[in-house]
Amino acid sequence: MAGVLVFLETKDGKIKKVSREALSIARKLAEGAGGDVIGFASDRAVAEEAGRYGAKKVYVANIGPYLTETYAAVMKQVCDDVQPSVVLLGGSSNGRDLAPRLAAKLNAGVASDVDRLEWTGGKLRARRPVYSGKAFATVEVSSTPATATTRPNAFPAEETGGGAAEVVEVSVAAESKAKLLETRVPEAGEMSIAEADIIVSGGRGLKEAANFSLIRDLAHALGGAVGASRATVDAGWIDHQHQVGQTGRVVSPNLYIAAGVSGAIQHLAGMSSSKHIVAINKDPEAPIFRVADLGVVGDLFQIVPALTEEVKRAKAH
Amino acid sequence: MNSVVCIAQVPDTEARIKIASDGRHIDETGVKFIVSPYDEYALEEAIRAKEKQGGDVTVIAFGPDRVQQALRECLARGATKALQVKGETADADALGIATVLAAAIKSVPHDVVFFGKQGVGTDNSLVGAMVAELLGYPQVNVVTHVELGDGKLTAHREIEGAEEIIECPLPAVVTAQKGLNEPRYASLKGIMAAKKIAIEAKSIADLGLQDSEIVNQRVTVVSLDLPPEKSGGRKIDGADAAAAAKEIVKFIREEAKAL
Repeated sequence: MAGVLVFLETKDGKIKKVSREALSIARKLAEGAGGDVIGFASDRAVAEEAGRYGAKKVYVANIGPYLTETYAAVMKQVCDDVQPSVVLLGGSSNGRDLAPRLAAKLNAGVASDVDRLEWTGGKLRARRPVYSGKAFATVEVSSTPATATTRPNAFPAEETGGGAAEVVEVSVAAESKAKLLETRVPEAGEMSIAEADIIVSGGRGLKEAANFSLIRDLAHALGGAVGASRATVDAGWIDHQHQVGQTGRVVSPNLYIAAGVSGAIQHLAGMSSSKHIVAINKDPEAPIFRVADLGVVGDLFQIVPALTEEVKRAKAH
Repeated sequence: MNSVVCIAQVPDTEARIKIASDGRHIDETGVKFIVSPYDEYALEEAIRAKEKQGGDVTVIAFGPDRVQQALRECLARGATKALQVKGETADADALGIATVLAAAIKSVPHDVVFFGKQGVGTDNSLVGAMVAELLGYPQVNVVTHVELGDGKLTAHREIEGAEEIIECPLPAVVTAQKGLNEPRYASLKGIMAAKKIAIEAKSIADLGLQDSEIVNQRVTVVSLDLPPEKSGGRKIDGADAAAAAKEIVKFIREEAKAL
């Protein structure tokens, strides 16, 4: 009984970033827990990439697109074979869907959405934001295996230069009661805030829905995603998928730019763990400035378009 | 169509969080408790199913006696039955809570089981899917649209930048995302009618379970800490938009290294 098993989510023959992040922290955990880093994927094409991120072995089952019941059944079978000390899943929609289903099969504890992980005293110790980041809980998972889902962007994905992982084929007859009928991708495929490195958010200071175009232009210029405060979502200016904060998404991008967002407590809770924060607001007393690394007191209608132009100029060089 | 809605009672989202003297729990003194916001969408969907297709809406909560207030509120909005499983949940892990709820759900007639996609506060997003596994039901998580048909349901599941249309047979577990519907408020008539409905109470033992199966089995909170107070960084005057833009780009390039 040893090693760390990582669920490798793939897209177009590549491992998704959140799973590469999980692989990287898995390597550190394996140093303490003993054993190897082992992956599970539904696409054997990722064995080489998994090896580069430190996996020694990858279990592969040709089970098609993600379905909870099928994937949970196969992961359970792999766990029975590997007997890992820890199972990690990247905290994507599918990772967070799968982790509890699998944990219930394994009678295992789960630490959800963790931003720190260590192996200490023979147990998995994790830090996770609770109350949307208003507090942090340090939890210990004492089951075997211990499972966790990793918060996107919380752990750096680092290559080790390892060779291709050994592939172990798994065959299973797992039935799923649920069927996937269709996947709908909106035509103007907007980047999701969930895993974005850069987020530009707008708040009530935009005054009306149409002015979100200022935020979109800046986000596009930076190659980032569009975020929004709860007030703008509740006003119907923008879809809920963009909402940052409690009852929206808690995000930790490398760069977070807030324009016209005053910084209600539940918004701050959702973004204050971002690594670099810029706030633009006309009210010098706005709470958002308390968490900003760079605060600009001024008119967003002047500053945001000027910033978009300046970013485009900088990118052109 | 009989629905079960499992609800969690959580601190008001506007509440300031204080740490209790044990350093492991929140200080509940003066904290207002509410029905977890995502559970409101779950309840609304169940009430609409009842209005269209008949049947019961049973709300279930596991927790101390303060959860009766949350159950009462759900009855006032249109739930027809309420069940409290008595117990202290502060030291129960998600699988412990799921074990209790699965047993409680089995004791009630149901075709579909609704949860909020997460309890706001602990933010685990675990219990719904664990209950589905324990009951052997299919699950659709983070749902923005549901159609309940004859012996099956079709649901829209939100994923990163897309949505999946999933069909599954009943009984099934659905977890509600914001946007699933517009939850109603309780009417005066509803509040009066709710007063006539008795909240059923069961102990963990009544469900054939033992406390030791529920508490501190797999996950333990070692400590709870407040984030470090941030005092804010540099503040500049943005009266000259072009100069401010240059300053921000400098920050993005040199500190965030994102350009």
